[in-house]
Amino acid sequence: MTTAPPGPPPFERFYEEHRDEIYRYLVRMLGRQAAEDAFQETFLKALRAYANLRHARHLRAWAFTIATRVAVDERRRARPEPLGEHELPSLDSDPAYAELDHLTGELPRTERAAVVLRYGYDLAYADIAAALGSSEEAARQAASTGVRRLRRKGIA
Amino acid sequence: MTVPTDLDARFRAEAAAQGLLDVAYDFTDSPVGTLLLATTTRGVCRISFDPEAESELEPLAREFGSRVLRSPKPLDPVRRELDDYFEHRRDAFDLPVDITPLPTFQRLVLEELARVPYGEVETYGGLAAKIGNPKAARAVGGALNRNPVPIVLPCHRVVGSNGSLTGYAGGLERKRALLDLEAGRLGL
Repeated sequence: MTTAPPGPPPFERFYEEHRDEIYRYLVRMLGRQAAEDAFQETFLKALRAYANLRHARHLRAWAFTIATRVAVDERRRARPEPLGEHELPSLDSDPAYAELDHLTGELPRTERAAVVLRYGYDLAYADIAAALGSSEEAARQAASTGVRRLRRKGIA
Repeated sequence: MTVPTDLDARFRAEAAAQGLLDVAYDFTDSPVGTLLLATTTRGVCRISFDPEAESELEPLAREFGSRVLRSPKPLDPVRRELDDYFEHRRDAFDLPVDITPLPTFQRLVLEELARVPYGEVETYGGLAAKIGNPKAARAVGGALNRNPVPIVLPCHRVVGSNGSLTGYAGGLERKRALLDLEAGRLGL
């Protein structure tokens, strides 16, 4: 006998679990002010789609997917505000990336999203591909091109 | 870096304003302790004496849909009527209730229960008779024990045939306090 996979948790749980991480990600992508609107839009979009979710798998990647699409659209509309010193993430598990992170603002939007999702949030390339609406290979390419570009600008 | 409080509050308000929630819930202080209140767009669907959201969110999501979010605004009318009730300004609730997911028998019992007037009591057997099933006193007791909207649906007004308080899902002390309040015996 097979049992149906558990459905998604009450939205409150999903929201509590991911809101801070998604907020930080949007601040990285867009700067603090634009991140506020994007945050609201991300979770309103998530709510609209939530009733149709049939399982509780990959919710973190799903949240990043929505946030990435919102952020990419937002960056299409407006140039990002420069990130102030105080907005730089202070904690990062990858020190090499932490040294480059403040430069990601200058990358084209998909490269920026790919680099931040891969090195800042440790998302798998399959998830990044879903977020960017591209193939896995294209996601890998965007992240590595982004990192090469950063290295040229930065320390390496 | 965490989400600023005002941004969090704006999102919760907007989610409700756009009609995207299956259930909005919040907490409120009352003379019988902190209550968890929940509402759908059709009416109040939960009042819980257990202020731990932990135990309520999953059942609410199962019964009404997974878009369950803490959002204070939709609960304003509920809070207002409860305040009125506890301060002796109201002896009947105008709030609609949403008990649609309940089995027919339980809905029948609760609808009959809603007719027991403020300050009076009814027995389990009496309520059973009123729904045309005089032998079902025990089943009526079970249905009342799982009343999802206590206070508004006044299961505290139902007592044993000898007048004893018998039982209350929120604890006998609360049952006594609510009956005392309605009898004007006690300023809660």
